[in-house]
Amino acid sequence: MDSIGIAGEWFLTAGVLIGLFLFWYLVLNDSIQGENQKQSAVSLLRTWQAPDYAPQDDPSASNARPTSLQPPVIDSALEGQAFALLYVPRFGDDYVRNIAEGVDLDTVLNSRTLGVGRYLQSDPLGADGNFALAGHRNSWGAPFGNIGELRLGDRIYVEIKQGWYSYQFRNLEYVWANEGEVLNSFPRLKTEVPDSRVITLTSCHPKFSEAERIIAYGVYEGWYPRENGPPQEIAELVKGVN
Amino acid sequence: MYAALWKLLPGGKALKILQVLLITAAYVFVLFEFVFPFIAQTFLTERSTLD
Repeated sequence: MDSIGIAGEWFLTAGVLIGLFLFWYLVLNDSIQGENQKQSAVSLLRTWQAPDYAPQDDPSASNARPTSLQPPVIDSALEGQAFALLYVPRFGDDYVRNIAEGVDLDTVLNSRTLGVGRYLQSDPLGADGNFALAGHRNSWGAPFGNIGELRLGDRIYVEIKQGWYSYQFRNLEYVWANEGEVLNSFPRLKTEVPDSRVITLTSCHPKFSEAERIIAYGVYEGWYPRENGPPQEIAELVKGVN
Repeated sequence: MYAALWKLLPGGKALKILQVLLITAAYVFVLFEFVFPFIAQTFLTERSTLD
């Protein structure tokens, strides 16, 4: 075979390799890793459900309502370990992900089982202030891949062993990467607001770029104790993992 | 290159095709499981966090 033929084979090989990489990076990696992260979250959820847990036959009949009870404050999570679950129905009917402590790339955000992490400088879950989370918008399971699709009033639920926190999405904001004040206890406010709890989701913007950050804010709505059952919107998902 | 590799494989045509399929599957598995994640982790990870 002449040298042109050999070079042609090498170019073809390189082209196939690049194509395979793009397919893996843009399609396969997200779906495989996203499923891994979901299954890991489901495993954690199963450990929280008592052996005699009996979900209702018809989850849509769930009449659980958010209560005004003081929710538990989770401030003893270990860095790099999952301590809560995140449900965002807008991201998909079966969307559930672990929430881990910290936003380290290697151990949390790029993890095959975690993917979403709490900023250590933000306020603990359930406490007054800002419970701020980070997740990738593309690749590594893309847990916040659809963050830009959130609409006013969409619910964001966070589950712990004792029950569910409910938040209502309010608005999106686009900031530079160094605008860390969005993680403050009362973002964009100059004074403290007593009994104010917000959830903040952060990710990169635009997709496949780290030039900016997209920020989604939600305000606390109420607490669903486990004994009252899950919020109706996610009842089917919670039932489905049992 | 590929013609030479084909000649290196033992057995008849059917056996060679089977070997090619197995080698390709193993090759793709190693790429997807180890090589591509390493490249993405090392060169392509975007920081989704705030400074």
